[in-house]
Amino acid sequence: MSKSTVNFDWITILIYFIMVLFGWVNIYSASLGDNPSSIFEFSEVYGKQAVWVLLSILLIFISLSIESRFYQRFSSVIYAFALLSLAGLFVFGKTIAGQTAWYDFGGIRIQPAEFVKVATALAIAKYASGIQTNLKLFNHQIVAFVIIALPILLILMQPDPGSAMIYFAFIFPLYREGLHIGYILVGLFAALIFVTTLVFGAFYISIAIALICAGLFIYYRRKRLAFLKYLSLALVGIGFSLSVSYVFENVLKQHHRDRFNIVLGQEVDSKGIGYNTNQSEIAIGSGGWFGKGWTEGTQTKGQFVPEQHTDYIFSTVGEEWGFFGTSLVVILFILLLLRLLYLAERQKSTFNRVYGYSLVGIIFLHFMINVGMVIGIFPTVGIPLPLFSYGGSGLWSFTLLLFIFIKLDAERMSNW
Amino acid sequence: MRRLLLYIIILTTGMIFLGRLFYLQVLDDSFVARSQDNAVKVVYDYPQRGYIFDRNGKLLVSNQPSYDVMAIPRNVKVFDTAEFSQMLNISPEEVARRLDKAKVYSPRLPSIIVPQLTKSEYAYFQEKMRNYEGFYIQKRSLRDYQTHNGSNVLGYIAEVNKKIIEDNPYYISGDLIGKQGIEGYYEELLRGVKGVKYIQKDRFNRDIGAFKEGIFDTLPKKGKDLTITIDSDLQAYGELLMENKWGGIVAIEPATGEILSLVTAPSYDPALLVGRKRSQNFTELYYDTIARPLYDRGLQAEYPPGSPFKTINALIALQEGVVTTHDRFYCSGGYVFGRGRKMGCHPHASPLDMIPGIAQSCNAYFANVYRRIIEKFPTPQEGVDVWSNHLKSFGLGNYLGSDLSTGRPGKIPDADYYNKIYNYPTYKWFSTATISNAIGQGEVLMTPIQLANMTAIIANKGWFYTPHILKKIDGTPIKDKEFTEKKITTVEPRHFEPVIEGMHQVYKAGTASTLGVQGIEIAGKTGTAENFTRIGGKRIQLTDHSIFIAFAPVDDPKIAIAVFVENGYWGGRYAGRIAGLMIEKYLKGSISRTDMEKWILEHSLEAEYMKPYSGESFRINQ
Repeated sequence: MSKSTVNFDWITILIYFIMVLFGWVNIYSASLGDNPSSIFEFSEVYGKQAVWVLLSILLIFISLSIESRFYQRFSSVIYAFALLSLAGLFVFGKTIAGQTAWYDFGGIRIQPAEFVKVATALAIAKYASGIQTNLKLFNHQIVAFVIIALPILLILMQPDPGSAMIYFAFIFPLYREGLHIGYILVGLFAALIFVTTLVFGAFYISIAIALICAGLFIYYRRKRLAFLKYLSLALVGIGFSLSVSYVFENVLKQHHRDRFNIVLGQEVDSKGIGYNTNQSEIAIGSGGWFGKGWTEGTQTKGQFVPEQHTDYIFSTVGEEWGFFGTSLVVILFILLLLRLLYLAERQKSTFNRVYGYSLVGIIFLHFMINVGMVIGIFPTVGIPLPLFSYGGSGLWSFTLLLFIFIKLDAERMSNW
Repeated sequence: MRRLLLYIIILTTGMIFLGRLFYLQVLDDSFVARSQDNAVKVVYDYPQRGYIFDRNGKLLVSNQPSYDVMAIPRNVKVFDTAEFSQMLNISPEEVARRLDKAKVYSPRLPSIIVPQLTKSEYAYFQEKMRNYEGFYIQKRSLRDYQTHNGSNVLGYIAEVNKKIIEDNPYYISGDLIGKQGIEGYYEELLRGVKGVKYIQKDRFNRDIGAFKEGIFDTLPKKGKDLTITIDSDLQAYGELLMENKWGGIVAIEPATGEILSLVTAPSYDPALLVGRKRSQNFTELYYDTIARPLYDRGLQAEYPPGSPFKTINALIALQEGVVTTHDRFYCSGGYVFGRGRKMGCHPHASPLDMIPGIAQSCNAYFANVYRRIIEKFPTPQEGVDVWSNHLKSFGLGNYLGSDLSTGRPGKIPDADYYNKIYNYPTYKWFSTATISNAIGQGEVLMTPIQLANMTAIIANKGWFYTPHILKKIDGTPIKDKEFTEKKITTVEPRHFEPVIEGMHQVYKAGTASTLGVQGIEIAGKTGTAENFTRIGGKRIQLTDHSIFIAFAPVDDPKIAIAVFVENGYWGGRYAGRIAGLMIEKYLKGSISRTDMEKWILEHSLEAEYMKPYSGESFRINQ
């Protein structure tokens, strides 16, 4: 233990504690009622979060004292158990606001989907680090995708599309381990067609795709086999555009459509569905350089931003700490992510590296979607800001994710 | 590449986020204002407006509570329009129209929907308030008039308009502001300072306590009570006498410059401009373009002063040493000058020296005196300028600088003026060209208050305090230098004695010999001024204005007065009688010349005023 203590990456641990503390400070302000009481007052949101923070320290000690080999060896068991916990929701779970996502233990609610991320990260790491595994092979890619898709399906059935979206983070470790860049490019183009179709309509986008493909064909026409290739490219693109249009209009529910429309500037309604984004922009925008001061935010006090202590906690930072505070948080996240990437790259074992990349991908996706949503450049997707947002399950799952990796990193030399 | 991709994505995201945050928080400051609108409500606490007392401590203006139904359009929920309109006695269409208008002004800020409820409307509506979300009742303080007179002196209160709100950040929509008179000029003293409370709201627009523990909140400061120089009894009497006549009366206490009464006719009851009928009444007054009741003739009407102006020409002549009191001038039924032109005069003994010259108001006498003033100097330009400067030291030809919210400069010509109209030096002009100035016609124009001040100067023998209307603020006499420092004229005190004696003789043996009051020695001067109007572009002469100035008692003047009665014919006919009655009323408190009072009360000039509007040809000076 003494040897590994020295090897713990103290930079990551320091950033972790700064974030958790600053997060709590903002949750305190966002949930402050008329009569402040003890910071551990369990009936108050900030009191609960203080308890979750203390419990997560316990979690840190546990995850650091377990031998790193354990995680690798038992990852399959953990993954199976995680899937069971998701499936069990449909029997024992509690339904809140239409989502069956929680187990209720006498008032304390646990959201298994948060912990399944840890399990999936371990499972992917285990599979990708297998001696026979080669992610350049299609069959092996399928297995990896299935490992990711199972929890996604179970989570979508809750239904919780926001949490399911996070599982796209696993594309990053898979790419690092040899998945073709084409998957990411196809994903990017698909996203591009998706967004432009919603903005301009399938008709114009189909014409644009056809024109671009025709242009490419004419430009490269000396090469053989070109015609069929470009024709199929055009057909796939147009087909996707049309199906996006169809899915958007006929499959998605109205509130899903609204979320997209607001972010794409198709709809301006600051009272209805756009209220969250609008209020959150006002809160952040009114912060100025240095903010209105802790617990002095008028938007925060007036509770204009719904869910401010959870998904919109970043707007409290913006209002009360100003650009100084928000840029500090953004820079902290960037530093943490870059540090973790650096740590992942220095791993000798593939298992550790894949796990590290999964960790970076998950934190990054949460950060990007959440902050992007709060500052109005991303659709409204209900996922928390790691280590900041209120919530025990979220805090613990990120603590576990992070400290398992710190443990793996500390013992990276002794593993083999 | 496989190692770099995630680095690039992370760093790019970080940059985009920082840029977006910099834009939101630092570059674009519109969010700050939106946050203020959103989260902080401002509530005003209006102080009681100051009371107004007359010089004898009689309460003229106090306050009454008034209740306005206000609405914040954004918060207005569907409500029972039928009940609402029935309860407040207003048509449903009108309610809808006013709500739309309020929405245009601001969906977030309160607007008045129904102003100034009656007590029963208020009681009834108060009961039903909770059914009308988004509406509330704003208590304000309205004026309660204890007098029916002096509306021109008191001024009135009106809701601020858009321009005032833009020019003066103190006021917000729905605030009241003093307009004209005392209310306008002393607005800041009377209104006090409204208190402000900042209240933190939550997203349901509920109050959740003071913003920042109330450190920005202020308490209201009560308005100051003002005592004005007006004698309300004299004012009321003056308005009574002026009924059915157009014109003005200004009475000043010579020793202090305090305005004792300031009558304009026609006038209106100040209470007309309070309450729900206010705007209707105001519109009626405003669009009465013939009688013009909102036009303060005592302050704004520029009349030719006529014969009272002769007194001042006598003073200037004595000061310049161009005549002695014993110099006599012949009058042959007028004064002949230039190529057979003649300024007429009425029959009287001839020749006259100064004292009977004033008493008989001989035009020829003053034509000679005037020419001597102008011709004392090598050129008429120098002469006219010396003459003009003397007049200006009497507060003529420019704004008096009184604390009344309106006024006019009148007109005293100088050499430049005549050079311009006679196109000097291409054409020359001489004293005879300006000879009408000798008798207060021609280019000279004065307002009644200037004329009253001139009378006070004669009573004081050469000095005056700027006439003013404010006497005390919260019981403390005013200290404003403008009103407490003597202004000395360019005419020495000794020259006033013969002029005063001449004016005394006006009552003894002159043009006002029938207007005297038993037991009061009055010095006065009649005036009859020709005047013209334009009808269809043609200059048409109307019946002369009846003018009179007087002060009394002669040896210890307590009141100096100027009276203009438009188209009242000669000076002694209307103005002289009114001046005598006013003086007796002020000095004795009762009237002994009931014959004069009866005559004035029974005579109306309304028919005279309608002549030019009748469209038919008419005769004047009947």
